[in-house]
Amino acid sequence: MRIAIPKEIHPGEKRVAATPQTVLRLRKLGFEVAVQAGAGLNTDLTDSAYQEAGATIVEDVKALWSGSGVILKVRPPETGGTFGIDETELLSPNSLLISFVWPAQNRPLLEKLAARKVTALAMDCVPRITRAQKMDALSAMANIAGYRSVIEAAQHFPRFFTGQMTAAGKIDPAKVLVIGAGVAGLAAIGAARALGAIVRAFDPRAATRDQVKSMGAEYLELHVQEEAEGKGGYAKEMSDSFLKAEMALFAAQAMEVDVIITTALIPGKPAPKLITAGMVESMKPGSVIVDLAAEQGGNCAMTRPGEVVTHKGVTIVGYTDLPSRVASLSSQLYGATVAALLEEVWKDNAITIDENDPVVRGSMVTHDGKITWPPPPLPIPTPVAPPEPGVAANTTKAEPAAAHHANGASPASASTIWVWMILAALFCVGIAWIAPPSFLSHFTVFVLACFVGWQVIWNVKPALHTPLMSVTNAISGIILIGGMLQLSGPPSGSSFTAAAILGAIAVLIATINVAGGFLVTQRMLAMFRRNA
Amino acid sequence: MNEALRTSFSNIGYIAASVLFILSLAGLSKQESARRGNFMGIAGMLIALLATAMRPDFSGYGLLMAALVPGAIIGGILARRVQMTSMPQLVAILHSFVGAAAVLVGLATYLGHTAEMTRAEHHIHLGEIFIGICIGAVTFTGSVIAFAKLQGTMSGKPLILPARHLINLMMLIATVALGVWFFRASETAPNGLWPLIFAIVITGILGAHSVMAIGGADMPVVVSMLNSYSGWAAAAAGFMLGNDLLIITGALVGSSGLILSLIMCRGMNRSLISVILGGFGTAEGTASTATAAQGEVRSIDVNGAAEQLKQAKSVVIVPGYGLAVAQAQHALSDVVRSLQSRGVKVRFAIHPVAGRLPGHMNVLLAEADIPYDIVLEMEEINKDMPETDLVLVIGANDIVNPSAYEDPNSPIAGMPVIEVWKAGTVIVMKRGMASGYAGIDNPLFFRPNTLLLFGDAKKTVEGLRNALTA
Repeated sequence: MRIAIPKEIHPGEKRVAATPQTVLRLRKLGFEVAVQAGAGLNTDLTDSAYQEAGATIVEDVKALWSGSGVILKVRPPETGGTFGIDETELLSPNSLLISFVWPAQNRPLLEKLAARKVTALAMDCVPRITRAQKMDALSAMANIAGYRSVIEAAQHFPRFFTGQMTAAGKIDPAKVLVIGAGVAGLAAIGAARALGAIVRAFDPRAATRDQVKSMGAEYLELHVQEEAEGKGGYAKEMSDSFLKAEMALFAAQAMEVDVIITTALIPGKPAPKLITAGMVESMKPGSVIVDLAAEQGGNCAMTRPGEVVTHKGVTIVGYTDLPSRVASLSSQLYGATVAALLEEVWKDNAITIDENDPVVRGSMVTHDGKITWPPPPLPIPTPVAPPEPGVAANTTKAEPAAAHHANGASPASASTIWVWMILAALFCVGIAWIAPPSFLSHFTVFVLACFVGWQVIWNVKPALHTPLMSVTNAISGIILIGGMLQLSGPPSGSSFTAAAILGAIAVLIATINVAGGFLVTQRMLAMFRRNA
Repeated sequence: MNEALRTSFSNIGYIAASVLFILSLAGLSKQESARRGNFMGIAGMLIALLATAMRPDFSGYGLLMAALVPGAIIGGILARRVQMTSMPQLVAILHSFVGAAAVLVGLATYLGHTAEMTRAEHHIHLGEIFIGICIGAVTFTGSVIAFAKLQGTMSGKPLILPARHLINLMMLIATVALGVWFFRASETAPNGLWPLIFAIVITGILGAHSVMAIGGADMPVVVSMLNSYSGWAAAAAGFMLGNDLLIITGALVGSSGLILSLIMCRGMNRSLISVILGGFGTAEGTASTATAAQGEVRSIDVNGAAEQLKQAKSVVIVPGYGLAVAQAQHALSDVVRSLQSRGVKVRFAIHPVAGRLPGHMNVLLAEADIPYDIVLEMEEINKDMPETDLVLVIGANDIVNPSAYEDPNSPIAGMPVIEVWKAGTVIVMKRGMASGYAGIDNPLFFRPNTLLLFGDAKKTVEGLRNALTA
């Protein structure tokens, strides 16, 4: 069976669905591979490179499509190109198409594909399950887009990303805020960190906290209790109170950071507007916003999809073709995911569509003359979010300032401290109310001594805790003073009063304590020696 | 010397003694200054004695000598004879002495007090006596039970009476009621002896019962808590006698014990309250859904282990209380020296709750002549684990259990542990396949890089020594 790799006709699209490397892989499976002449020229892949890998080069577009049972593409079939043809018309009946399809936005395309009895597997519909990771073209592209977004930001940013101390003065590192910690967001964090920037990230899904931290960024917290994890690990839309808190956080951050990279998407909906015109205006001149959601309308109000605009000194990058700007790598990774999906349906040298295979069923959008999208829902497990000890209080007020110290005292422990402080204050008032002055002076001594003890003891090395115990044991034998004070009977009477006898016994046992404690400490400490 | 001067000298002496006690504790922050710290404590105690003896109202010199001399002799003998492995017992029994002394001082104060007081002062004074005596009684009986448990004369298992929290609560209420009776009876004359004695009995039972309910791995916390109590008892005695030196010293000791308890609780990831309430290491604590560790274990013999030790560049030894029980620390010291002479970097990793007292393992290793600068804390050593070739675990189990991090259902989930599994190879010395103090399985034994060395710790370590020196 022959596989066709046509040249992409979408304006500006530089990627191609197979590289010489993946051609080799496809041929090993037993396919013939035909590549349209010049298909890889935009990614520096020459026709001869494809030929070396065993592909045949076909000049005639119509012959390429009609003579092939499998078509691998990047973009969905469309009308255009130098010949002004509709690619759907070129598909032969019962052939297999693997490409991005975006079925939610492309209903007419689905109908046309179904009418031509084409089996279409949409790379953007491969379910996010562990087995399908090698076919996850979206993640592969998101990773590239995330990395490239930082490069674009650095390109338009008039300063360094890294901080330096030079003879000519100190260079402050750039502060980068990444909104959305999906694959693209995490890749952006990694790239920005690698360039030396200070990176913060926000994502409403609590499960991303550790991922953000593991990439070396600070995780900004909102003290609102709401779980943003939707089906299949994507974010869902949030409530009003959450959004309000979130916007307050972004507004505070916008004034502080130099670069904002937004990656917030909600499946099947226009991108949420997170950065308002006001926030853009509040940023420092020279700041850069890279909007990875531009294609879905953008997270920033000022974004113009596909363009770079400047608003009051702030550059807003709205490129929608970031993966295509890294075409060579994108083609390689995309080609690999396509090949992996093809392997999934290639059994015993024939295309076999197994509708019980969740990967095949999930990505299949048309088959046998029918539209098969959306697929029946799959039970997809969501990752278990770690418990959040800090977020006990269900406050709706955002605390952007506190969010900078996400590792500091959590609100729960802060409130317990307050309770204790109030109790202590009440106790002190009560004491002052009833106690005579003589008691108060002793009480002062007591409280101060507690504090001195508290400060001093924390400095004791854990290795010396046993000697510490025996010393404190010995000095708590100071109670023998209490016994001594009872020894002297009343001046007139006999010295052997009941009180004196009890006091003497107390002195006796307290002395055992004093002598025993100090001596055993001495014995222990004598044993500790340094490495000679 | 006239009376006013003697009083002034005595007070100055108290200030000096207080300062010396604080310096004594501060000295313990480092091994280098620790011995000086101990001497300062001794000096402070002597000054405090002299300062009290020179007070104008003191006259009982004969009785003082009669009590001091035998006390010092008994204490000296105890200190000289005690085995380092028995330190926890000694510490516990010494706590009980402080508790008993506090009770006696309280009683004596009540019987002997004559000073003129206002009504408010009188009430406060009665309160001080009552509270001081109650704290003393709890410390006394609690420490005696802790001693018996540590000594082994009493089962280390927690005693769980049905409705034990209710029983404790009832006793507390009874104590408060007795306190009211005591106040009423002492309004004009000291006729409150009976309620006082009842209160001593009930708080004594309370102390014993609450320590009985705590067992197993929580004993170090109990001993530190009793240390704290003994300090508060001394401070309470200071209040009733109006003696600032007692108050200061008691507060120092009290906070010290409290800090040690907190440190131990952190080491086990448990709250102080839950430890004091007791019941850990029993059905309610361990009947968990923790996944049982399963799989193949691989074992190694003494010669194989010695060979591995010789070839390693860096070795970390993780000792647990099992080492001390087997008295293997001296043979281990020889093993360490022999490895060091072969150029192997040997270090020890001490978990905060290893041993039966805070810092107990350090003392035991020091006794075996192992230099303290190769004995490191858990936090210090954990970051080096990935670069360590070989870890030798001796008589420890729960403190190296990876399920603390990996199994949220484990009873020790969240407890900080020594991350031995990150090292190249782990050799675990074990008597058999029994579980640790906390009674839980250890998946470490089934890790691919773990080798088990079965046998009695002492014989095995001696075997290693012979194989290394041969």
